[in-house]
Amino acid sequence: MRITVTVDGTSYTDDVEPRTLLVHYLRERLGKVGTVVGCDTSNCGACTVHLDGQSVKSCSVLAVQADGAEVGTIEGLARDGQLHPIQQAFHDNHALQCGFCTPGMIMQSLDLLAENPDPDEKAVREGIEGNLCRCTGYQNIVRAVQDAAHHMRPGAGPEAERVSGTDTAGAPRTADIAGGGE
Amino acid sequence: MTSTIEPEVGKARLRKEDARLITGRTRWTDNITLPGMLHMAVLRSPSAHARITSIDAEEAKRASGVVAVITGADIADEQGSLPCAWPITPDMKSPGAPSIAVDHVAFAGEAIAVVVARSAAEAHDALELIDVDLKDLPVVLDMDEAIKEGTDLAHPDLGTNTSATWVFDSGEAGSGGDVEQAISEAEVVVRRRFRQQRLIPGFMEPRSVVVDPTGEQFTMWSSTQVPHILRLMLAMTLAVPEHKVRVIAPDVGGGFGGKLQVTPEEVFTFLAARKLGKPVKWTESRSESLLSAHHGRDQIQRLTVAARRDGTVTGLKVDLLADMGAYLRLVSPGVPVLGAFMFNAIYKIPAYRFSCTNVFTNKTPTDAYRGAGRPEATFAIERMMDELAVELDMDPLEIREKNWIKHEEFPYTTVSTLTYDSGNYEAATEKAKALFDYDGLRREQAERRERGDKVQLGIGISTFTEMCGLAPSRVLGSLAYGAGGWEHASIRMLPTGKVEVVSGATPHGQGHETAWSQIVADQLGVGFDDVEVLHGDTQSSPKGMDTYGSRSLVVGGIAVVKAAEKVVAKARTIAAHMMECSPDDLEFAGGKFTVRGTDKSTAIQDIALAVFAAHDLPDGVEPSLDSQASYDPENFSFPHGTHLCAMEVDTETGSVSVRKYVCVDDVGTVVNPNIVEGQIHGGLAQGIAQALYEEAVHDESGTLTTGTFADYLIPSAADLPSFETDRTETPSTTNPLGVKGVGEAGTIASTPAVVNAVLDAVRQYGVTDIEMPCTPMRVWQAIQTGASKAGGIGAESGGGLGSIDVNSSDIAGGAQ
Repeated sequence: MRITVTVDGTSYTDDVEPRTLLVHYLRERLGKVGTVVGCDTSNCGACTVHLDGQSVKSCSVLAVQADGAEVGTIEGLARDGQLHPIQQAFHDNHALQCGFCTPGMIMQSLDLLAENPDPDEKAVREGIEGNLCRCTGYQNIVRAVQDAAHHMRPGAGPEAERVSGTDTAGAPRTADIAGGGE
Repeated sequence: MTSTIEPEVGKARLRKEDARLITGRTRWTDNITLPGMLHMAVLRSPSAHARITSIDAEEAKRASGVVAVITGADIADEQGSLPCAWPITPDMKSPGAPSIAVDHVAFAGEAIAVVVARSAAEAHDALELIDVDLKDLPVVLDMDEAIKEGTDLAHPDLGTNTSATWVFDSGEAGSGGDVEQAISEAEVVVRRRFRQQRLIPGFMEPRSVVVDPTGEQFTMWSSTQVPHILRLMLAMTLAVPEHKVRVIAPDVGGGFGGKLQVTPEEVFTFLAARKLGKPVKWTESRSESLLSAHHGRDQIQRLTVAARRDGTVTGLKVDLLADMGAYLRLVSPGVPVLGAFMFNAIYKIPAYRFSCTNVFTNKTPTDAYRGAGRPEATFAIERMMDELAVELDMDPLEIREKNWIKHEEFPYTTVSTLTYDSGNYEAATEKAKALFDYDGLRREQAERRERGDKVQLGIGISTFTEMCGLAPSRVLGSLAYGAGGWEHASIRMLPTGKVEVVSGATPHGQGHETAWSQIVADQLGVGFDDVEVLHGDTQSSPKGMDTYGSRSLVVGGIAVVKAAEKVVAKARTIAAHMMECSPDDLEFAGGKFTVRGTDKSTAIQDIALAVFAAHDLPDGVEPSLDSQASYDPENFSFPHGTHLCAMEVDTETGSVSVRKYVCVDDVGTVVNPNIVEGQIHGGLAQGIAQALYEEAVHDESGTLTTGTFADYLIPSAADLPSFETDRTETPSTTNPLGVKGVGEAGTIASTPAVVNAVLDAVRQYGVTDIEMPCTPMRVWQAIQTGASKAGGIGAESGGGLGSIDVNSSDIAGGAQ
């Protein structure tokens, strides 16, 4: 089947097998290996990306379901060499060790902050419950998400992430926010 | 000019490693693609014990994209037997361990055949076309049954299920008294049986191997903790010349002991690539990982403590059964033996006997998992101290204090013959008690008991120590381990004054690049950012013993220090020549050699450039400012600490939750507080997970029923509390930095603290033990019936409930 997908601002048109998972399309066809596969039952969340601004586990989405959509991955978050505040917060709070869960954890955290721009500890823990980390015990991840929230006001979400098309309002806003993350 | 005045060691530096990891600019093994690369999939045995009567792969071979199907018979002459480097006794029994089964399988998940194809999808599709006939044999699953006379055998050819029995007796060793005498003369004797359930390391990055046979050397990328050991073992197992093998561990996504292995998959990926002359990649699925990567723990522990009525322990006897699973992997037999030195823990025990029998079953092989032998020991002794306190109606902290080694008694040689260099159990405990509000929580506990609150409070204690920093080579030799415990480092000063450090210890998430940079910045007086740490490739880092057993800093970090000292010594000679003075007149600080009593100085960077030019060097001095050092530690390192846990137990539902967790750890001098805290957090999570959530369960036919993350319950953020961590710092006296290991401490200490707390809440109902994991069903059943054992309700995969928050059904629904 032929699909057209925009990934991190670049448009791709490809023939894919109907059974191809989005995560395999991203990794094997597009070389977007920043997004990883950690399980085969959609429990671990390592493969989390954004589909039209909402977080999805890309092992649970077929590539053909992404036809016509915008996909955002960890590789598209930093702009002009400037880390996104959520990336900066993960670094600042030592919220990663081996880093394998980190791309998914970051993408899920952004989704959480889009829904709740100022989550308390419990809300963060519940918001990232579908993403497993074996290294950190989560404490510093929770801190990082809350720290990012403070640097990201007025918040995350589909609008803030949009990079393609004529509406570029989101990009400068994100850049401003990133600047505020220092 | 870069120089540091404020010491780098001790600074909460943010990690250098993060930049790539937070942007997706990573090099996991599965990310690697090579021209012409083929993909491999593995057909695994559904049966736990069977004879292979026939394999028909003809149809699979004809399938689209399939290049080859390889069975064990096809490579029987070249695959050798997977290595076991730790023959704990001279008469240890060990079955041959082919990478692909040849004529029989001994656990469900063992490889039977592999398909190599153009794509991973085609390889997996073709697996279904292979027709295998298996004739089932009786399975051995229970250790107590396995050691009985005339029982079924996991390996009929061996004639027994017992691999080896290893004994330490303080009476015989001369390090203490006779434990049988201590027991017979004791005023109080407490006997208990504990169960260490089977666990799965559960690293987040599934294992992956790529082998490229097209160069002069075979190059293997593997998601491994041990590239150097792997290279050597490949050479020895496959009779391939060592210098024709290069192993690279690129970014490795966690290990926890689970990647301290020479795996069947590494061996047969190598053989497939060699056979086909093309690069071959194998990446496992999570189910494959849970099924076939080695498991951990799995012991039955029988302990006897002899004591006086005043609480003084007079003897300790330990009898273990340790499940090896179906085969002995790299260090399987030695894992329980490491515990032999730790059952006596922080206590002065005058008589001690340890006996461990390693048993074969038809289950996935076990091997190292975070702590390896020491969590088992710590759990058992810390549970026993609580049992003794209950028996004598004493406060559990008081009974510990009565028996522990006092801070003024260090260095102290224990009944199991280790010499603890330093420690201060009083200081750590005092600090922990204050942070925890021990007395306040005890009051609340009494009050809740008084009013019959349906949610009861329990307080659990673990005052632990551990031996880590594996290890002095002579000690490993005396334990019949197959190698030494040294570590290697080298340093290259580049002409511009920048520094390359080559580390033999290979990280998989720990942060070596950051920590080594801090150490070198101090030693050489260069900037933190001027140091690059190279590792994980046997071509650029040719020597090393790799990362496990909390050894990187206390062995590898010290090798870095020793290499830096050699650079400074060399630079001193040259600086003296440049400034026309005696080397003895020079002081080195902040990266500068200064002629004592003058303001005349030369920076080490200037010396590096002068050495590169080599125009005017002293006679006999080589034009390089490089060095290398191999460091063999004189002793283990002995971190310790006091962990206090308050658990709330809902007596109506059996649901337990951590109300408060305080730990004060003493890991000696701290190089980077961020990294230390992170290691503690992660360690606690894994230790708590053993106490409450995780268990690898097999059904009666030997099938793993916890083969997905839906069933094997790695805790999520919603399952864990925030921890309160603090430190005391009693420097180690056996290394120049004063550091101790930290990688396993949290895991070792936390499990008994949690279980002791659960029991402390429910002892009032006649409960004396609850086997791990303390799932709601088990806790509820114990409260209702007093039954402690695993089995019955709650024994199924996922503990019957999983990580669902019973108080919030909408969250459970949102867990996807």
